Amino acid sequence: MTRYRLAFAITGAVAMLFPVYWMVVTAISSSADMRGPGLHLWPTSVRWENLTDPLSKFPYGMWAVNSVFIAVVAVVLTVVINLMAGYAFAKLRFPGRNVLFILIISTLMVPVQVVMVPQFHLVVDFGLIGSDWGVIVPRLAEAFGLFMARQFMMAIPDELIEAAQCDGSSQWRIFRTVVLPLCRPLIAVLVIFTFMWRWNEFAWPLIVLKDPESYTLQVGLLFLKNQYGQDYGSLMAMSLLSMIPMIIVFALFQRHFVEGMARSGIK
Amino acid sequence: MATVRTRRAREALTGLAFAAPAVAVFAVFMFWPLIQVFWISLQQTRGFGLAKWVGLQNYQEILSDKIFWTALWNTALYTAISVPLCLVAGLAAALLLNRRMPARGLIRAIYYLPAVISGVSSALIGAWLFNEDIGLVNRILDVVGLGPVPWQSEGVPALLSLVAISLWIGLGFNMVVYLAALQGIPREVFEAARCDGASRWATLRRITIPQLGPTTFFLIVIGIINSFQVFDIVYVMTGGGPGNSTTMLVTYAYSAGFEQRQQGYASAIGVVLYLIVLVMTIVQWRVNKRRDVA
Repeated sequence: MTRYRLAFAITGAVAMLFPVYWMVVTAISSSADMRGPGLHLWPTSVRWENLTDPLSKFPYGMWAVNSVFIAVVAVVLTVVINLMAGYAFAKLRFPGRNVLFILIISTLMVPVQVVMVPQFHLVVDFGLIGSDWGVIVPRLAEAFGLFMARQFMMAIPDELIEAAQCDGSSQWRIFRTVVLPLCRPLIAVLVIFTFMWRWNEFAWPLIVLKDPESYTLQVGLLFLKNQYGQDYGSLMAMSLLSMIPMIIVFALFQRHFVEGMARSGIK
Repeated sequence: MATVRTRRAREALTGLAFAAPAVAVFAVFMFWPLIQVFWISLQQTRGFGLAKWVGLQNYQEILSDKIFWTALWNTALYTAISVPLCLVAGLAAALLLNRRMPARGLIRAIYYLPAVISGVSSALIGAWLFNEDIGLVNRILDVVGLGPVPWQSEGVPALLSLVAISLWIGLGFNMVVYLAALQGIPREVFEAARCDGASRWATLRRITIPQLGPTTFFLIVIGIINSFQVFDIVYVMTGGGPGNSTTMLVTYAYSAGFEQRQQGYASAIGVVLYLIVLVMTIVQWRVNKRRDVA
């Protein structure tokens, strides 16, 4: 029985990995190999032009820089905003706290496409259309991260905060020296998930960014799809390249990914 | 007394200060747009010209817009196939990987991996695998003798190819949530069943699945809400085609707003989508509440 289970599990794993494997095979094979007669499930020759050709023809490096900039800035700002708000909603009493929290949480289920037109108008009014900031700023309203931060901080004992208060520490100091050091696991989850959402985001940058030089990798990949048509070698190579940072982050922190997801599911 | 009051007042001020950045971005970029979208949906905008007030005309147009109904039907159909598939596959994977086995952590990570790959990259893999002329799926089907399937030139196969990719992406999330829920079932329940001589199948049907009920319900609601927002894979993989046979509510709203530049009309579609998701959320909320009381 155990042996069958393992066999099933491995078969499933092979099936789940296969599309990625096929990307790699396509990325290093010539398009003639992929179209030619006979079915090969493994590469018959290695062709690096799939990698070098698009890199020299298209501003892929620029797209990577834009993606990194957007993801890093968005992660820093979003995580700081959500940690501060999480602390306020979990531990500090102020007028309107519950109403504000419920209002913010209720935006969790609002599809991006519901507010994209008004958000687009705002970005135009602020003069941010076509710029990285136009992609970053509207997405700083990130309810899921705020919710996770608040839930986590609720579990911090009040006594710790009160003791620090008796010592005469200011709230800002308590937040920095008492609360944040206890929040390492939370910060890890927030950083990882925010990075993933911003790195993989497609619809919003597609709306905001107009000039091909300003694209992110995801928008750039769509651009390449339209350029290369049926020639999937280069497309798969570029797509793989764009996945590398995400795969590294996942490999390093997969425990946090799985725990973060599970926690979101249990509520 | 005075000190208590001043301390309270100070706490309120600090609380507001800490919450202020979040409240500010939510006010400007969520709450205000959520009000604005109703307003814009009552206007007609063509191209970059000035908006014209048209009252409910956009909503009337929606009612008689064939593409809108096609998009709604496609979204519903996609949801109806994809959500149960992800659920069953996720449960099967969770049951399989809940037991101890060699390399279990690695296998779990592999099942979850597609969830961290971007929608665009997933869609590109899908477009390549399901390419009608030279894609691997049709090549294999050809070798097996099942002939080429018109994944790109006919509606139903195109929709099914989207479902296949959504299953690949969504299985891991369902598995992880089910795994967490399985940990929460008390061990004694299973031991009692074993003592009573219940078969594996009976244990699964009579104990495990009912115990997982709330989790299943949660996953169904999340699955429906997510499916109603599916954009990236559709836009990149099929572009809504062939014809409009894989056009979804959100891809239709996008193309109305940003390709045809009828932002009033796009907002009206957005409002309809909003109402649909709102109804589903309320249903979930009420069912949960009833369960908590019971």
